[in-house]
Amino acid sequence: MTAEGHSAELAIETKGLTKRFGHQVAVNGIDLAVPRGAVFGFLGPNGSGKTTTIRVLLGLAAATSGQARVLGQEMPRSLREVLPRVGALIEGPAFYPFLSGAANLHRLDTADRDAPSRTRAARVHLALERVGLTQAAGKKVRAYSLGMKQRLGIANALLAPRELLVLDEPTNGLDPQGTREVRALVRLLAAEGTTVFVSSHLLAEVEQMCTHAAVMSAGRLVAQGTLDDLRRSGTSRVQIRTPDSAAAQRVLAGLGLMAEKSDQAATADGLVTAVLAVHTGTQEESQESRHAPKPETIVAALVAAGVRVRGFAVLGSSLEERFVALTGEGFDVAQ
Amino acid sequence: MLPSDGRPPSSGGAPGDRRVSGDRRATAGWATLGSNLVGSELLGSELKVLFGRRRTWAMLLALAAVPVLIAVVVRVSSAPGTPGRGPAFLDRVTQNGLFVGVTGLVVSIPLFLPLTVSVVAGDSIAGEGGLGTLRYLLVAPAGRVRLLLVKFAAALAFCVAATLAVAVPGAIVGVVLFPVGPVTLLSGDTIDVGASVLRLLLVAGYVTVSLVGLAAVGLFISTLTDVPVGSMAATIVLTVVSEVLDALPQVSWLHPWLFSHYWFGFADLLRQPVAWGSFGGNAWLQAGYVALFAALAYGRFASKDVLS
Repeated sequence: MTAEGHSAELAIETKGLTKRFGHQVAVNGIDLAVPRGAVFGFLGPNGSGKTTTIRVLLGLAAATSGQARVLGQEMPRSLREVLPRVGALIEGPAFYPFLSGAANLHRLDTADRDAPSRTRAARVHLALERVGLTQAAGKKVRAYSLGMKQRLGIANALLAPRELLVLDEPTNGLDPQGTREVRALVRLLAAEGTTVFVSSHLLAEVEQMCTHAAVMSAGRLVAQGTLDDLRRSGTSRVQIRTPDSAAAQRVLAGLGLMAEKSDQAATADGLVTAVLAVHTGTQEESQESRHAPKPETIVAALVAAGVRVRGFAVLGSSLEERFVALTGEGFDVAQ
Repeated sequence: MLPSDGRPPSSGGAPGDRRVSGDRRATAGWATLGSNLVGSELLGSELKVLFGRRRTWAMLLALAAVPVLIAVVVRVSSAPGTPGRGPAFLDRVTQNGLFVGVTGLVVSIPLFLPLTVSVVAGDSIAGEGGLGTLRYLLVAPAGRVRLLLVKFAAALAFCVAATLAVAVPGAIVGVVLFPVGPVTLLSGDTIDVGASVLRLLLVAGYVTVSLVGLAAVGLFISTLTDVPVGSMAATIVLTVVSEVLDALPQVSWLHPWLFSHYWFGFADLLRQPVAWGSFGGNAWLQAGYVALFAALAYGRFASKDVLS
């Protein structure tokens, strides 16, 4: 089925994929590798190039340089063969407001030359059912809420059996209940063998439904791998809640730990935080963690020094910290 | 096992299943090859969307109101029509009610008809871009060339509908309000009722053909933007520019190349015998505009980054 064996097990594969708009480099030489059967989280802050990458992968925009293969075939050359096997939600749902939800799906389904008209009504009905929109099928999309439109967008991606689903921010605008439903749906589809490529700026979402993830930052792919790989690397910290923050900092310094900041804002209790160890996933770095004092040693030392320890915690590196470390913090949209 | 069409109405399934659907495309595909390659299903859907829109019907109703207004005014006013004054053929209305349709077309061709065609053609691609549905049509995948063809075909269908929206209600109102008798043509000959129906249809055909070039221009402009109002307005502005230039004798060398040049040429169809000269000239000119602007639209749209 595929011309080259090496990419047969990858649902999406890019090599040095670059997209430039004038002087602006939206996507900068990324090498994506999405294994078949994976639920792949495509993470990155707003403006990091996620949607542009998706547009290039689906043949909506032409890459400036580099290659992209989807389902083992080169894009956009094999667009005609590949896209009927791909369901997509791209940068939010978009529908004809003057048509009903079901009529919108009918309309978009006729655009797919491979979609048989005989089963269209049944497929539309089933897709609406899967996203819980059966009741609103006859309602004009104009009257839909944002969450309902989002559901309809997902239904559109499910109109035919797909080998790959590309879902750009699928839980946008959904209430917690809807978010849970989408997560369950993604898991179900993955269990059926569909590869799911989910872009998101919400880490929690990716942590809860993905097996793999990649992180984009300012057009570059800064990390990629299984979720466990990504979790393993990062920074762990100790956090001490105490009214004697100055003394605590001295003790930590004695153990070779640098206190990061002491926060004495609201209460008499201060929070002292220090980096315990830095892991980057590779072997050599774990050395540093070997040198790090054990948590119980730190507590004993603090108590021995008369520091009133009211709280103590070792904060493992969450994917969130990793994410922030990779993409930067704050509201600045990546340029 | 898959149903005969190869597409069970469920998502997912083992990757092996899809190989079967590939075979299905090769075998059962022949049955639907003709219709699918041309995109008749997509065209059907396009026409349904176009003629299901309230906006389309508002425009057609407004067009239909033109001959009705003319007929009512002529009927109610006591003053007999003075030949040579008012819109062309207005004085024929009292002889043969069917000419209300012709008069309606005369009144509508300079602005009203091109306006509505500009709205539909200018909206064709830009409207989908503005709604964002363009990206979903393209990843379906609709195919860019196929989508352009379908959009152009729908614009042509609207040209026919728009012309008929003036001619048919005009004829009906005319028949109701005026006698239907023999009518004197521009050449002085008199034709009977049957022949005058034929002439009315001929004129309607001529007007439809006249609008085809404009539809192609609108389609091209529509590929340039995601703001439908912009492409509609630009198409209308071009219409007006074309008509203004056509009225300036200083640029008479340009006149035969303007898409609006033959718009009033249908008077030749109301002579005995029919003078086909302007019909042919118009048809060739419009065909030239279609060829040129369809090529431009293709050149633009086939490689355009769809970022809407």
